[in-house]
Amino acid sequence: MTVPAPDQDRAQGTWLDRNGPGLPPGAAHTLEQTWSDPPGIIGWFSAINHKTISKRFMVTTFIFFLLGGLLAIAMRLQLAQPNGRLLSPDLYNQVFTMHGSTMMFLFAVPVMQAVATYLVPLMVGARSVAFPRMNAYAYWIFTFGGIMLYGAFFLDIGPDAGWFAYVPLSGPQYSPGKRVDFWAQMITFTELSALMEAIVLITTILKMRAPGMTLNRMPLFVWTMLVTSFMILFAMPAVMLASTALITDRLVGTHFYNPGEGGDALLWQHLFWFFGHPEVYLIFIPPLGFMSSIIATFSRRPVVGYPAMVLALIGTAFLAFGLWVHHMFATNLPELGKTFFTAASLMIAIPTAVQIFCWIATLWTGRLNLKTPLLFVLAFFVILLAGGLTGLMLASVSLDYQLHDTFFVVAHLHYVLLGGAVFPLFGAFYYWFPKFTGRMLSERLGRWNFWLFFIGFNVAFFPMHVLGLQGMTRRIYTYPEEMGWGNLNLLATVGALTIAVSVLLFIINVLHSRRHGELASSNPWGGGTLEWSVASPPPMGNFPLVPMVHGRYPLWQAPAEPLHVTGLSNEHREVLITSVADARLDHRMWLPSSSPWPFLSAVATTILFIGSIFTPWAVVWAAVPVAIATTVWFWPKRDVVRQRVRTELKP
Amino acid sequence: MNAVFLDPRPLQDALRPAGVQAAHIGSLWNLTLGLCAVVFVLVLGACLVALWRAPRAGAGTEPDLSSLSRPERRTWRVIGWSTGLAAAGLLALLAADVWTSRALARLPLRDAVNIELVGHMWWWEARYRDADPSREFSTANELHIPVGRPVVVTLRSNDVIHSLWIPNLQGKKDLIPGRTATLRLRADRAGSYRGQCAEFCGLEHAMMALLVEAEPNDRYEAWAERQRQPAAEPVDAVARRGREVFLGKSCVMCHTISGTTANARFGPDLTHLAGRRTIASGMFPNNRGHLAGWIADPQSLKPGVNMPANNLPPDELQALLAYLETLK
Repeated sequence: MTVPAPDQDRAQGTWLDRNGPGLPPGAAHTLEQTWSDPPGIIGWFSAINHKTISKRFMVTTFIFFLLGGLLAIAMRLQLAQPNGRLLSPDLYNQVFTMHGSTMMFLFAVPVMQAVATYLVPLMVGARSVAFPRMNAYAYWIFTFGGIMLYGAFFLDIGPDAGWFAYVPLSGPQYSPGKRVDFWAQMITFTELSALMEAIVLITTILKMRAPGMTLNRMPLFVWTMLVTSFMILFAMPAVMLASTALITDRLVGTHFYNPGEGGDALLWQHLFWFFGHPEVYLIFIPPLGFMSSIIATFSRRPVVGYPAMVLALIGTAFLAFGLWVHHMFATNLPELGKTFFTAASLMIAIPTAVQIFCWIATLWTGRLNLKTPLLFVLAFFVILLAGGLTGLMLASVSLDYQLHDTFFVVAHLHYVLLGGAVFPLFGAFYYWFPKFTGRMLSERLGRWNFWLFFIGFNVAFFPMHVLGLQGMTRRIYTYPEEMGWGNLNLLATVGALTIAVSVLLFIINVLHSRRHGELASSNPWGGGTLEWSVASPPPMGNFPLVPMVHGRYPLWQAPAEPLHVTGLSNEHREVLITSVADARLDHRMWLPSSSPWPFLSAVATTILFIGSIFTPWAVVWAAVPVAIATTVWFWPKRDVVRQRVRTELKP
Repeated sequence: MNAVFLDPRPLQDALRPAGVQAAHIGSLWNLTLGLCAVVFVLVLGACLVALWRAPRAGAGTEPDLSSLSRPERRTWRVIGWSTGLAAAGLLALLAADVWTSRALARLPLRDAVNIELVGHMWWWEARYRDADPSREFSTANELHIPVGRPVVVTLRSNDVIHSLWIPNLQGKKDLIPGRTATLRLRADRAGSYRGQCAEFCGLEHAMMALLVEAEPNDRYEAWAERQRQPAAEPVDAVARRGREVFLGKSCVMCHTISGTTANARFGPDLTHLAGRRTIASGMFPNNRGHLAGWIADPQSLKPGVNMPANNLPPDELQALLAYLETLK
C-alpha cells in the first residue's frame, strides 16, 4: 500500500509518474503471483523469495545480537565490583566465548549479508538474487549452526576456550569433552553459509544489474558488498581449514597443532588471524555503504568523490589481508617482520581517512535533513574515529607489548565494531525500515534510542581504555579489590545497562511501528537510488517494469529514454542477465520455483555436521541423506523445460 | 574470597614505568597519544563545523546535482591535502615505532641476571640460571631482581600459551609450548611490581599473577644466597612433626622442599615458601590463615586449581603450618 507523503510531490514528480503508467493491474497481479512463495506451512519452508529469506535472516541475526548482548550484561555485572561472585569461572569463560563467537560469527558478518540480500537486487534493478534456492539453503544452514551452538550452551557444554580458540588450550588435551567441537562445528556452519551468500551476492551484482547500470553507476553500498563478498571468498577458507584441522586433531588424533609431534601452536594463530583480521573489514566495509547511502540522501547531494570511495574500498580490501600478524606481536616472531605489519596496519588508515574526508565534504557542501538515520551515521565520526586512532596505537609493536590482551583492546575493538558497524547498521534500519515494512519507525523513540546508545556506549567503553593502561588484562572473571579497578568497572557496567535500555527502546519501536507506524510512501526520505522507486514494501517481483539506468542517482537525475525494459515474461520467474562491466543485455534466464528441498538439504547437512562431532563415521552415513536431498533439489522438471523451449524466440 | 593486603601495595600500571624498557614505551605512548588527540580534535572539529554551517533541508528538498556535471576542484584540493597530512602523520608514527623497537632491542646485557620462567596452569615456576650449576636455584610466583642490572627472562611453557606481563617494567611476551622466547628488562627504581598472565589460559587465567621485587643489588644477592640454601632444619618439636606430616602425606607427590626427600616438580617449589609474600600465584597474602585455608580447601579460594583438598586433623594441620612457617 502506497500513500504519498505531502513533501513527496517534488517538482519533477515521483519515479512512478516519470515511468509512465506502469503495468496494467492484471499484469501486475500475475507478476505478483509468479514471484510469490506458496502459502501454508510447507510453503513457509519452501520460501525462496530473497526478501522473505532476508527478513528471516535479519530477524535471526538480531536475535543472536540480543543473546550476545545479554551475555555481555552478565559479564559486566560480574565485573562491576572486585571479587564478583555472580558467575563461576567456568561459566564466565563460556559466557565470554559465547559473546565473542555470537557477535562475530552469528551477528556481525551475517547481518550485513542479510541486509544485502534484501537491498542489493532492489538497488541494482533485479527481480531476485541469483541462486535464490542456495540463498535459502545458506540461511537455514546459518540458523541451524546458531541453534546448535546455543543448544550446547544451554546444556552447559558451551565452548569455553575463547572465540579465538587458541591451541593448545582448545586442543584435545586441555579441552576434553565436546565443548570446543561445538564451537569448531559452528564455524563450519557459519562459514559455509557466508561463502554461499558471497557467491549469491557476487553473481547478483556482476550479472543481474539492470541494463545501463555500468560498474561506475553502481550505488556505493553495492560496491561495498561486492568488495566484501570477494574478501569472504579469500578469508573464510582460512578459518574453515584451521577449524577443520582442529576438529581432526580432536576427533581422529591428527597433530597439526601439537608441538610434541611436529605440529605448531602458532600455525593456528596465523590461519585464524589470516581470516580474523579481514573479518573485521567484512564487518566494517558494508556499513561504509550504509554511510554513503544515508549521507547522500540526508545531505541532499551525491557523495563527494565516487571514484575515490570505490578505490578506497578496494585498497582497504587488499591491505586487510596484510595485517594479521598485528594480533601476534607478543609472540616471538622476528622483530623486523613485525615492523612490516606495523607499516601495513598504519597504511590501511589512509583509505579510511579518504572516505571520512569525502563524507565530511559531502556534509559540508550539502543541505542536511537531520533525522535519526543521519544521527547514527554521525556517531560514526566520533566513535569510529576514536577506535581507528587507538588502532594506530595497537599497530605499533612497542605499544602493543603493553596494550595487547588488556582492556584497552576490549575498548578499541568495541569502538571500531560498534562505531564502525553497529551504529551505521542501526541508522540503516531506520533508513530502510519503511522499505522493508511500508511503515516508518517513530522518530521520537529513534532519538531516545540514539542518544541512550551513544551516551551508554561511551560510558561503557571509554573507561576500559584507562583500565587497560592500569594493567587490567582481558578475559579475567574477577580481580582483587587492591587493583583499584572497581570504580571504572562499575561505571562501565552502568554504561552497558544504558545500552540495554536503548536497545529495548529500539525493539519497542520496531514492534509498535510495524503495526501502527506512519505509512511510508515509496520514497519517504527522498533517496536517489532504485530501491526507492518501488512501492514500500516492494512487490514480490520487485520491479513491475525493469528499469533502464542512465546515471548514479536515477531517481534524482532527469529521466532519459528508454525508461524501462519491455518483453520480460510475467508468467515465469524470468530475469535479465547483463554483462559484467557495462550491464549490456546478455540473455534472459528463468530462476527456479519455490521448493522445500533447500530446507530439507540444510536439515540433512546439519545431521552430518552435528553427527561428525560425535563420530567421524557420520561423514560417511550422513552423506547419504545429503546426497538424496540435494539430488531432488536439482532434479529438472520436465514441464518447466518444455515451457522454456516453447518461449524461446526463434530467429 | 579475600584480597591481597600487601604493604607496599604492588604496582601494576603501564603508565608508571619503573624500568628503562617501560619508559621507552611510555615515551612512545605520550607521543602517539598527543598526535592522535590532535587528529581527533581536527577531524571532529571539521565535522562539527560542517554540521553547523550546512543549511537544513527536508526529505522533499531538491537534491543538488551540480557536482555530477562539474568537478568540485576546491573540495578535492582540501581532501588531497588532508590525506597527504594524514599520510605524513602515519609516517611519523612508523618512524617513532621503529625508533622505540630499536631502543628496546639495545638494552645492554652485561652482568645480566638470567631467569628461566615456565608458565603452568596456573602458576609461574622460576629457575635462576648461573654459569656454575651449584649456584642455580628455583622458586615460584615471586621474582627478586636487582635494581639497575639487566634481567633476561627466558620464557617457556609445557601446557598452554601464557603471557608474561609486568607493565611497570616491560611489555608482554607470550610463553608458547614448543617455542622459547626471551624478555629483557631492567628495573631502575626499587619497589614491588605485580605482573599477570595476559593470554587466556583456561579456568583460572584470572588468578595467575606474580610479584617482582626490585631491590638494591646487595639485598638481591643476599636473597639469592638464602634461596640457594636448602630448607632449614626445624628446631622445635611441632615443626618437626609438621615436616613428618608434609613428607607423609600427598604433599610430596607434587612439591619440592630441598634438603628433604620431597623433590616433585608438579607444583611450586616450597623450599623458601615463608619468604614469599603471597600464595596461590600472587592472589592471597602468605599468612597462617590463608595458608591453612589453602591447604584444607584450595578449591574454595581458586576453583579448578590442580591442588587437591587435604582433610588433615587440626593438630596435623597446625603442625604443618608451623613447619611451613620455618621455610624462610
